[in-house]
Amino acid sequence: MLERDVLVVGAGPAGLAASIEAAKAGADVLLVDLNMKPGGQLFKQIHKFFGSSAHRSGTRGFDIGKMLLDEAEKAGVEIWLQSTVIGAFPGNLIAIEKGIDGGEKEVITLKSKKVIIATGASENVVRFKGWTTPGVMGAGAAQTMINVNHVKPGNKIVMVGSGNVGLIVSYQLMQAGCDVVALIEAAPKIGGYAVHAAKIRRAGVPIYTKHTVVEAIPGEDGTVCKVVIAEVDDKFQPIPGTEKEIEADTVTIGAGLKPATDMVKLEKCRLTFNGPFGGFIPLHNDKMETSKKGVYVAGDATGVEEANTALEEGRIAGISAVESLGLIEPKEAEKMRIEIWKRLEALRMGPFGERRQIEKNNILAEYEEKVVAAVEMD
Amino acid sequence: MAEYFSDDMIVCRCEEVTVAEIKEAIRQGAKDVVGVKRRVRAGMGLCQGRTCEKMVQQILAQELGAKPWEVGTSSARPPIRPISFGDLANGVVE
Repeated sequence: MLERDVLVVGAGPAGLAASIEAAKAGADVLLVDLNMKPGGQLFKQIHKFFGSSAHRSGTRGFDIGKMLLDEAEKAGVEIWLQSTVIGAFPGNLIAIEKGIDGGEKEVITLKSKKVIIATGASENVVRFKGWTTPGVMGAGAAQTMINVNHVKPGNKIVMVGSGNVGLIVSYQLMQAGCDVVALIEAAPKIGGYAVHAAKIRRAGVPIYTKHTVVEAIPGEDGTVCKVVIAEVDDKFQPIPGTEKEIEADTVTIGAGLKPATDMVKLEKCRLTFNGPFGGFIPLHNDKMETSKKGVYVAGDATGVEEANTALEEGRIAGISAVESLGLIEPKEAEKMRIEIWKRLEALRMGPFGERRQIEKNNILAEYEEKVVAAVEMD
Repeated sequence: MAEYFSDDMIVCRCEEVTVAEIKEAIRQGAKDVVGVKRRVRAGMGLCQGRTCEKMVQQILAQELGAKPWEVGTSSARPPIRPISFGDLANGVVE
């Protein structure tokens, strides 16, 4: 049977960083990802990152992706692409559907001493009449189409949601030659950074705050041809009589993400519910270890944040995994973790970050209370 | 505005489950996502509930007056991604 020291699931920033740290310490690392290319969402992020210089502010997402891939290659990380974990079984056994040449697939059972889950997040949908009409899609999906596949999702776009994803993707859709005919936000004001909002405003995109989409109307070909929006009251309910019809062929939804937890559920890791982090997430400690010994988590799968926090959490998970394999000294590992947690604290500051720091502390505290206490009782 | 939230609206597109069917499942005693899934198959299709789970949770919370954490989340069983019987049968098992 195939055996590895560490299996990392998901080759986004968290998974790549975890793999690099583990491989650098001398572990046999296998990194699997279901996509055709590694890098997760980094390669569609053509905008410059914010933050401190320690976190590569001013660097574009795809350049960070290239750097990580280079590092992973140098560290000797083995990467399987178009490969998906389909099951986890007692005895550290993992079933993987491995992509092999020519689009063929093969099911492989792997015995891995440690598992790091960095499966990211998936887009939330919004329920309105006609939401299943072709032409309605996630804002992230539209971003993948333009920035990775170089295909326009449509010509006239209604963007729903004015968080940073809605704002950035609106701007990139315009750069790709689409017409963003409306930006819709249910809250009374724009959610994302002012610097992104200003770009949209300068370009003359009509912004409708306190509005929602109530219907996507299909044309003769069955795809979206008109979108009906309406004003909402204080409880976000549409107000009758305020409907407006907009001609558009695409509705992109930037309504947040939810952590992808299938894999942590398979591993039977203890979950908790956390609204600001996007829903149900695995509990973990400051080593990023879950309630299941030897199973670690990192990145959006532990709560939706951003690429830099994912990367740093990935490093912690990688370091902790090789520490428990005895490849680095506990003292050394602890020193590295303290440094990284400091950097994470710096990333979780400001109007958007502070809340995440509070929630992260809550998760660490709940782990102590529910997982550590439960073990001590046994 | 009720016309925009009609009960014939599809929630789980993989299994074509409507709002009405989910509400009926709740009337029959479903109290969480797994209960709805077992009764009407919402979340049992190709995407395994990745798209509709949040909407099912919203409907449950709304109908039962429950908090988001009370309506739970779907369970996961292998295979968590669609796989052909052929690939599964040819798998390497020792």
